[in-house]
Order: sequence, then C-alpha cells, then structure tokens
Amino acid sequence: MKVHVRIKRFNPEKDRRPYWADYEVPTDPFDRVLDVLHYIKWNLDGTLALRRSCAHGICGSDAMLINGRNRLACKVLVKDLGPRITVEPLRGLPVIKDLVVDMEPFFSKYRQVMPWLVNDEPPPVRERLQSPEERARIDDTTKCILCAVCTTACPIFWGNGEFLGPAALVAAHRFIFDSRDRAAPERLAILAERSGAFKCRTVFNCTDACPQGIEITKAIQDLKRAIVLSRT
Amino acid sequence: METRVRPNGWEWLSWLYMRVSAVLLLLLVLGHLYIMHVVNSTDTIDFAFVAQRLATPFWRIYDLLILVLALSHGLNGLRGIVNDYTRPGGGWRLAWNVALWTVGLVFTLLGALVLFSFDPTAFARR
Repeated sequence: MKVHVRIKRFNPEKDRRPYWADYEVPTDPFDRVLDVLHYIKWNLDGTLALRRSCAHGICGSDAMLINGRNRLACKVLVKDLGPRITVEPLRGLPVIKDLVVDMEPFFSKYRQVMPWLVNDEPPPVRERLQSPEERARIDDTTKCILCAVCTTACPIFWGNGEFLGPAALVAAHRFIFDSRDRAAPERLAILAERSGAFKCRTVFNCTDACPQGIEITKAIQDLKRAIVLSRT
Repeated sequence: METRVRPNGWEWLSWLYMRVSAVLLLLLVLGHLYIMHVVNSTDTIDFAFVAQRLATPFWRIYDLLILVLALSHGLNGLRGIVNDYTRPGGGWRLAWNVALWTVGLVFTLLGALVLFSFDPTAFARR
C-alpha cells in the first residue's frame, strides 16, 4: 500500500517560513506513522527532524499533529488513516525544526504546580501506606506520560500562554488527591489564580486527544470543586 | 483527607458568580417571559400596564435584579474571552477591560435611573 505523506517542515537556518513537503512511501497497513516517518528519514530525506524514544506509546516523545489530531506517531496505524497522511508539529509551542518543538513552555507550567510529593512528617519505618481506595482516587491522573498532546490541543492554551494547561492540572490533581501528600492547600491556591483551573472552558479537546485515555476535563472539574468547596 | 484551602485571588469567585447568576437569571427571566408573553400578550401590554407594574417596589427590584445580573453576567463572560485572547499586561487587555467596565457602569446607572425616577402618577391625568 502506497501512501502519500505531507509533512510541514521548517528549518530555521534556511527557511523563512514553514512549507509542505510531499513523499510517496510504500507501507504495510499495519505500519505505524512512526515507521512511515522512519522510512522517509532513512531512505528519502535524512534531514527530516523528529523526536521519538521508546516507540511504544509510553515515553511521550513523538506527539505530533497527524491528520488534524494530536496523537503519538507510534500509536497510530496507517490502515486507520487511509492513503493520505498529513503530519505537522504540535500547535502552541515554538517549532525548533520540522516536527521538533520547544517543550520548555510546557514544562515550565508543569513545574509551577509543584509536581512532587510534599510530606515533612517523619517517615514510617517501612513505607507510607495507602489504602486501595486512596490509591484509586488518583488512578487516572497517574497515567500521564507528559507527551503534551492535551495541552497543545487546548484552544485556551493556543490563545494564551498564561494558562497552566491540562497536563499541569492533571499533575496537580495527581498530588492534591494523593493521601500521602500534604501540600494540597498550596497547590490549590496556585490553581485558583487567573491562569489556573478556572481558565478551563471545558472544551474537552484534551480528553479527546489523550493517548492514555485520562479523563482530563473531569479531573479539572474535581480541582475546581475542591477550590470552591475549599476541601479536597 | 480534609484540607482547608484559602484560595488566592478572586478568579474562582468570578467563576462561581457566573454559575450562581445564571441560575438566578434563568428563574427571573422565565418569570418575566411568563408575565409578559403568557399571562398577558404583547398586543395588550400598554403604557398603563407598565406604569401600574412599576408602581410597586417589588417589580422595580425584580427588574433591577435582571438588569444587574444580565449585564454583569454578560460582561464578565466577555472579560473571560478578553483575558483568554489578549496578552497579560498589554494595552489591548487594559483597553478592553476599561471599555467593559465603562459599558457596565453606564448601562447599570442608566437602567437604574429609568427604573427609579419613573413616576407613574405624573402621567396619570393624561
């Protein structure tokens, strides 16, 4: 099966603006888009730049806009896209080259919500125990792989760089509702500010796009409720 | 576990206000529609009807509530859009916010003026 691939390319050292490049690629229907991009890079044009690491949908490196939707290139099969495939870099982040974007604005939002366990109480002899029910509370949001698919699918993030974005809110949720954590008030105070949870307009683009199937909008609503009712 | 939260800022209050005012508006506006279009008809509503209605403080306050809630709800929604799509600390955001506050204050005052300076007896003998 031959597919026609269009890639939005940009080399800041040569190009004044991004341009579309077209490639014909022989594929198997069960190839992933990542395999198609590998074919192009290894056989047709070695200058194509892209990120990928594990290639099995868990490292979160190869997020990109494929046929108009944010996805991981290693989790989409050619047979599900048809004979024409369009690939663009993630929206809302500066393009470094071709499909590689600058992730720093994304991670700077992530760091703002203190995404680490805060607990100054003396540690127990063995470990800080958590009941299955307590663990279930954060089951969904612990699945995040920080691929940035959700945040760069969010129109509020596109329009306004201030917004923390869905991924940072998911990280905040994961620690705020963790029974072992003690910094919920600090985090919720950060989220109550202008660029925090209340900037979410419940567009649901994040939930639709998440390759891990996290119910992101629901998690953000949990956070809003915790702030308004002032309890976790 | 129970954790007391003391949120910073008032953006969360603005969000809560949108929900509360929406519920109030729904009740008030449905009541308004019922009186104006179901119980009475726009064909029979005339100056005398309006004058009689505004003669009681209850309806003046009812109408004032609709005015204040609808204006503030709508303008607060626009403020949200402006804050979404303008840069923080920029001139556009400032200009828009000044415009929204001005429109809100002017129309609230104008509406309140009409509601409370209206004297039905002044027209009674005509």
